Amino acid sequence: MVPFGGWEMPIRYRSIIEEHEAVRSRAGVFDISHMGELRIRGAGAAAWLDRMLTNHVAGLEVGTGHYTFLLNDDGGVIDDLILYRVGDEEFFAVVNAAKVAEDVDWLRERIEEGVELDDRSEEFAAMAVQGPEAAAVYAAMTDGASLPERNGIEEHDGGRWLVCRTGYTGEDGFEFFCPAADGADWFRKAMAAGAVPCGLGARDTLRLEVCYPLNGSDLSPDRSPLEAGLGFFVALEKGEFTGREVLAAQKEEGLAERLAAIRCVAKGPPVRAGAPVLGADGEQLGVLTSGTLSPSLGIGIGMAYLPRRAAKPGTPVTIDVRGRPIAAEVVKKPFYKPR
Amino acid sequence: MNVPENLKYTSDHEWVSVEGDIATVGVTDHAQGELTDVVFIELPEKGRHVEAGEAVAVVESVKAASEIYSPVTGSVTEGNSVAESDPALVNSDPYGDGWIFRVRIEDASELEDLIDADAYTDLIS
Repeated sequence: MVPFGGWEMPIRYRSIIEEHEAVRSRAGVFDISHMGELRIRGAGAAAWLDRMLTNHVAGLEVGTGHYTFLLNDDGGVIDDLILYRVGDEEFFAVVNAAKVAEDVDWLRERIEEGVELDDRSEEFAAMAVQGPEAAAVYAAMTDGASLPERNGIEEHDGGRWLVCRTGYTGEDGFEFFCPAADGADWFRKAMAAGAVPCGLGARDTLRLEVCYPLNGSDLSPDRSPLEAGLGFFVALEKGEFTGREVLAAQKEEGLAERLAAIRCVAKGPPVRAGAPVLGADGEQLGVLTSGTLSPSLGIGIGMAYLPRRAAKPGTPVTIDVRGRPIAAEVVKKPFYKPR
Repeated sequence: MNVPENLKYTSDHEWVSVEGDIATVGVTDHAQGELTDVVFIELPEKGRHVEAGEAVAVVESVKAASEIYSPVTGSVTEGNSVAESDPALVNSDPYGDGWIFRVRIEDASELEDLIDADAYTDLIS
């Protein structure tokens, strides 16, 4: 067990590699109760959120969600989150555990008349079931129900069970939110339906293989979503929002650095966050923000902010692992495409 | 937890087996269970002179790198190249095919600093 965002969380239940492989080939269940849940509602909630977040809230249909960013005035990332629209003017946001207080403070300082923001993180337990067999697990947990549409959200049991077709592994699957007291029961139900319990270790290797960023590592208040290569979730044309000017200028002038996917050329030691990334002349180009041994590929993978020229796929680089040079190459994202 | 009676141990979770003036070193069953999923081993070079307590090898799991210390002063006679190419042996056979390296002992009195199976069992329980 390790401390994580104010919670005690397991790195693994059995073995990171076994858990990882279970998600890639069958199904796994993660306890994600540490994630924060915010409810935003009231007249003008959608328009206000459109000024607070990067993605296009007005274009989000009721019953669906999207990935989006909360930026600071410099266009840096405070948090990355999934925003679900549960009604015309009612939203459910799932935010990072370590950022709940900061997100809430930031948003409350800017809240507008008629909009209500509740931190409901204490009320909910949350689980993610991920893997090619997730639909079968869902059916077994619900007496035969079908999963919501991709990125869809559904309420069951009078709002006591909220299911979303989202995840952090690249696999098909769903996440659900329930009253905190029911969490353990639902976790057992998922296990009984065949999902293998998975810890933070597998969550990290799975998300890195598909290049999903981890806030605090790959995302930071000093880096914009454009530098992170996540411009798809930034609607620059939608009108004013916090950080927009900085991002528009970055787009106009071109980015100095980009978050690049780096893959080792041969088998070797795992590469880890903090390892320097060197260019052809031994000059330091950047530092890995994430790194691991990819259980699916059997090879070291990582991400680093590199100067634009070096961030191009095909660029050879060297990763310095305790003074030992490890040959690597910038590659296209993601490292691994789920079947 | 498997702690063979015939081996000596360090408080850093290495086991030591002595034959003549050669010490064979590996990580204990307890240590491999804590590490899980060993995916990489960095071996010391043959002939390298090492001090007792010096970090001479690295065993890495997906999540973390752990240094392996030489329990005695001497020169490295061999690293386990079979385990180097199949690091999972450290998990499946920590006291056998998953050994890490061998050292020619210079000062046998250093072996007296090692602990026996009972003391190691106490340490991990």
